[in-house]
Amino acid sequence: MHQEYTVIEGDFVNAGTASSSVKKTLKQLGVSPQVVKRVVVALYEAEVNAIAHAYGGKVLVDIDADKIHMVVADKGPGIPDIALAMQEGYSTARPEVRDMGFGAGMGLPNMQKNVDRLNVTSEVGVGTTVDMEVDFI
Amino acid sequence: MFYHALEIDEGNCIGCSRCMKVCPTEAIRITGGKASIDDDRCIDCGKCHSSCPVDAIYIKQDDFKLVHEFPHSVALIPSVFLGQFPDDIRVSRIYAVLKDLGFRHVFEVESAASIYAEAKNRYAMEHEDDMPLISSFCPAIVRLIQIKYPSLVGNIMPIKAPLDLSALYALKKLTDQGIPREEVGIFYVTPCAAKIAAVKAPVGEKRSIIDGVINMDALFNITNGERRICMAKRSYAIDGIENVIDFLDLLENDEVEGVEFLELRACDQSCAGALLSCENRFLCGERMYARARKAAERERNGEMPRDREMDSCRDYLLENASVEAVQPRSMLVLDSNRERAFQKLEKINKLKMYLPGIDCGMCGAPTCEAFATDVVCKQVGLTRCAFYQKHLERLNDITRQECLAANAAVWGTDPIGDTQPPETR
Repeated sequence: MHQEYTVIEGDFVNAGTASSSVKKTLKQLGVSPQVVKRVVVALYEAEVNAIAHAYGGKVLVDIDADKIHMVVADKGPGIPDIALAMQEGYSTARPEVRDMGFGAGMGLPNMQKNVDRLNVTSEVGVGTTVDMEVDFI
Repeated sequence: MFYHALEIDEGNCIGCSRCMKVCPTEAIRITGGKASIDDDRCIDCGKCHSSCPVDAIYIKQDDFKLVHEFPHSVALIPSVFLGQFPDDIRVSRIYAVLKDLGFRHVFEVESAASIYAEAKNRYAMEHEDDMPLISSFCPAIVRLIQIKYPSLVGNIMPIKAPLDLSALYALKKLTDQGIPREEVGIFYVTPCAAKIAAVKAPVGEKRSIIDGVINMDALFNITNGERRICMAKRSYAIDGIENVIDFLDLLENDEVEGVEFLELRACDQSCAGALLSCENRFLCGERMYARARKAAERERNGEMPRDREMDSCRDYLLENASVEAVQPRSMLVLDSNRERAFQKLEKINKLKMYLPGIDCGMCGAPTCEAFATDVVCKQVGLTRCAFYQKHLERLNDITRQECLAANAAVWGTDPIGDTQPPETR
């Protein structure tokens, strides 16, 4: 089952649209609450990242009977040092983003913690793609 | 099937669909011109009851005659009950009337308030990892979480509500006096449908509790009442089922951090706004506070002695204050088999493309999505959708008889009756 969502730069009001919709779908499939929570937290973090750091992007979700595959691809500044960005507390968020309660430097570490497979690819000046997979137990 | 107290009187129901539109769990459908409630989805919040224009939704309750079958009948009354009466009617008068009605003893639910608070605080200290802890006070909220937010059931504190604790207190007090259990019945004077099946336990006593002191200072059934006395650093009191749903959506996504305690109530103004509350909810709440203040003052001035008996029962009540952990029973799962659930979901998504998405309710379901789910999971005919029906008519793919039959399945054979069409020109 394929779902697509568009993410718009700075549109924090609609952050969580994709994760809420995915949450409902997973509940309908009877996926365990713990797994649903992990998926929702990871996808929400990825959505917020695309809104806060990039010039918008796309969320592509593919749900099978046994796993979910999520890709959040943005057009943006890219990440020069992915290993550094994966560290807890490291953040390049602007002050106005931090003022809204985002940008604590927990986004990528949180994704890492909650998904079974995470692959981040990025090209400076072009954009970042976060590829995540979670198995339903 | 799950027990719920709200029932539809088919004789009175006009199938107007108002209840269907307001139900927060989409538990109501219209079939054959009558509303029906899905037992598994109903949480007894009472929204439908308030929306019904013809009083066709009633609350199942025990026959009052049952009270007379117990030599030691006990009325358990919540403070919101006293809040129904104007200030110039004294509490003693209300008690006297209850006794005239046939109750031998009257207990106030709030008598167990301090035990409840202590049991909760003890639990909170041992479960810091489960924050925010959610109060188990409102049974409609507990059931809402069970069916709609299964990931949050672990946050509900497995502590008996004040109602159950006070029943336990009454029971303990009376059986300690050597009165056989079967001679006594406890009856709860309920402000709402959700609590209706809560108390019916055998008890008995020699001396009335009225002579003792009832601590009315803790008013758990008023918004903020519970939050006010909890030890949490950061807590919220949220009333009104829509507000609660909004908040639980956020909580479930981990978008709320650092909250330790949640007092959630289905009714606006908590129990003061419960559906069986006759008085305006704000006036009722004000009176409850006024009575509580007075009681606290009298206790401070030494005009009312502390209830020593409650103190002697304290350890017993605290030992028995726990209940088993609340289990989820999600209403959203389409099929217990993942593969089949997946197929159903794909069918539902495909069907939604044929539906107008305006949630008009003409099909007898509250939303297009709920209808698509009914078509796939309950084999309801797709032609019940007025728009799809028109679409088939244009294609000459449906007969007039089939249209009428589909409409009758939802709205009954002839909702308008024999009335002649009005002259419009």
